Amino acid sequence: MTVLSTPSGTGPQAARARVEQALRGGKVDVWGRAFHLVVLAALLLAVLALVVLLVDMLTTGAPVLTGRLGGFLDGALRSQPGASGIRQGLVGTFWIGVFVVLLSFPLGIAAAIHLEEYAARTRLTRFIDVNIRNLAGVPSVVYGILGFTIFTKALRDVTGSPGSNGRTIVSAGLTLAILVLPIVIITASEALRAVPSGLREAGFGVGATRSEVVRHHVLPYAAPGIFTGTVLALARALGEAAPLILVGATSGYLTGADRFLELGALRERFTAMPTVITTWAGRPGREWEEVTAAAIVILLAVVLLANTTAIVLRNRFEKKRG
Amino acid sequence: MTDATGSLTIDALSGDRRRMRADMVTRLLVLAAAVTSILISALIIFSLAGEAWTFVSQVEVASLWTDGWFPRRGLYDIKTIVVGSLLVTAVAMLLAVPLGLGAAVYLSEYAPRQVRKVLKPAVEILAGIPSVVLGFFALTFISPEVVQRFAEGATQFNLAAAGLGVGILTIPLIAAVSEDAMRSVPNSLREASAAMGARKAVTVVRVVIPAAVSGLVASFIVAVSRAIGETMVVFIAAGATGGALFTTDVFGPGQTMTAAMASQAAGTDQVRGAGLTFQSLFFVGMLLFIVTLVLNLLADRFVRRVRQRY
Repeated sequence: MTVLSTPSGTGPQAARARVEQALRGGKVDVWGRAFHLVVLAALLLAVLALVVLLVDMLTTGAPVLTGRLGGFLDGALRSQPGASGIRQGLVGTFWIGVFVVLLSFPLGIAAAIHLEEYAARTRLTRFIDVNIRNLAGVPSVVYGILGFTIFTKALRDVTGSPGSNGRTIVSAGLTLAILVLPIVIITASEALRAVPSGLREAGFGVGATRSEVVRHHVLPYAAPGIFTGTVLALARALGEAAPLILVGATSGYLTGADRFLELGALRERFTAMPTVITTWAGRPGREWEEVTAAAIVILLAVVLLANTTAIVLRNRFEKKRG
Repeated sequence: MTDATGSLTIDALSGDRRRMRADMVTRLLVLAAAVTSILISALIIFSLAGEAWTFVSQVEVASLWTDGWFPRRGLYDIKTIVVGSLLVTAVAMLLAVPLGLGAAVYLSEYAPRQVRKVLKPAVEILAGIPSVVLGFFALTFISPEVVQRFAEGATQFNLAAAGLGVGILTIPLIAAVSEDAMRSVPNSLREASAAMGARKAVTVVRVVIPAAVSGLVASFIVAVSRAIGETMVVFIAAGATGGALFTTDVFGPGQTMTAAMASQAAGTDQVRGAGLTFQSLFFVGMLLFIVTLVLNLLADRFVRRVRQRY
């Protein structure tokens, strides 16, 4: 049955293999082994795609990454690939991340607390639940339309300075915060659901109110799970490009968009890493390919670092609690 | 806590006022947060509906069935972009369903613990790759190294490469949802099958997969929904940014609903054009919203069915 047969050793594995062998009458289960190999191959192919992608980006981007990394990270967008940098993209992506952390995280976790801890099983609750699931599946480009209509048109005086037409970091940050909100709610709900109800009952038993139980017992216990979900959502927001196109991220003629902590620039025209990559990917020639791949490596470094941290943390906590 | 006679009063049981009020405030705040999600749905529909309706009520029916999708010239051939989306989705599913399902079967039924601990995170990391990255990968690697190698005469920008890129994006989705479904099949079913003398592979194919079939179907539907909604891969790798002629050739350039929206908005300061160009963007958005909504509701129903059974 198992392909990975252990050499005639001892222990339960070997004993099991011997029993299986005897039951089969010494014959080899060809079909079973083939099936095992096919499903393993499927998984390995998927992982191979990931490896090929990473290696391809690294090798293509290598000349830029090794040759002029400092200037690349710190430089502005130019029309010449050899002189172009991604500083403005990094600033935009940084601020989008800030918006997501400040808006989606508290709002999403609060909504999850409502659904898991407070809500009675009413029609409204069910409707909210189904609604959130659907929102998580709405294509990102549709959220772009929402951002375009609401933030860059209806609220343009709030989200942008007079010359920017509302096509600003504020608009983009709000749009992406809304985009990942359902993801935060769903993952936080799952984390809260995994908290043993005995913990809550113990809290109620000594006379704590529900908000006290949530704050002092449920949230600390669910914190690692919630953290994992929020980091995954953040990574998703940082890599999202389609809504930015609709909200009007540009890739040229930017002023003041290259300083990380200048609040005034938030209401000016902007760009972000995914937008920079999209624009550069459309330009022909090996040189543009190289800078695009280099920009991708930087974006992947940020996004995958966040993802990996989140996944490792979750696995560690899952193991601890059995 | 007690009255003059020494017995308990109702007041004594009601708890500290300040703490009760704090609980009430929390209750209202989290309720408001949850209701925000309804507000978001309302805003999405609101932002789509107005201009979409303008398009539907003013467009000439003849321009909806022409030779191609050229919104800036007043040609809104819906079938071009719908068929484009279907082609990309079909290619994506041809890649993602076997690989995703195979990966799920291996992870759920075969993988030794140590192997699972390494490979499962790898698949999850694949899920975190931004779609712009896969778009660039599809254009610069999949198209020349895979598609053009196996299909003579495929152009640099083609729907097949975009479809494969979207497929890679949806593999982790299918793998995760399918694996969940198979792991929730109770072990007693596997043991019963083994006790009847079935080999492991037979148990998997005849017992575990049929028992988990609702979840598997749900994973396929979610993947289709995701593939139809995927924008950047197609936008970067399938070409045809200005518009596209009607085509069923996956080895040539083409346009999908999502990419049609993105390319109308990209590169211009204002989404503008002749006549109803601007409105067509919202109409396509509405179409996309409805299609994915139906698929998501359907998938949700299938997932619920698995949960109810086990």
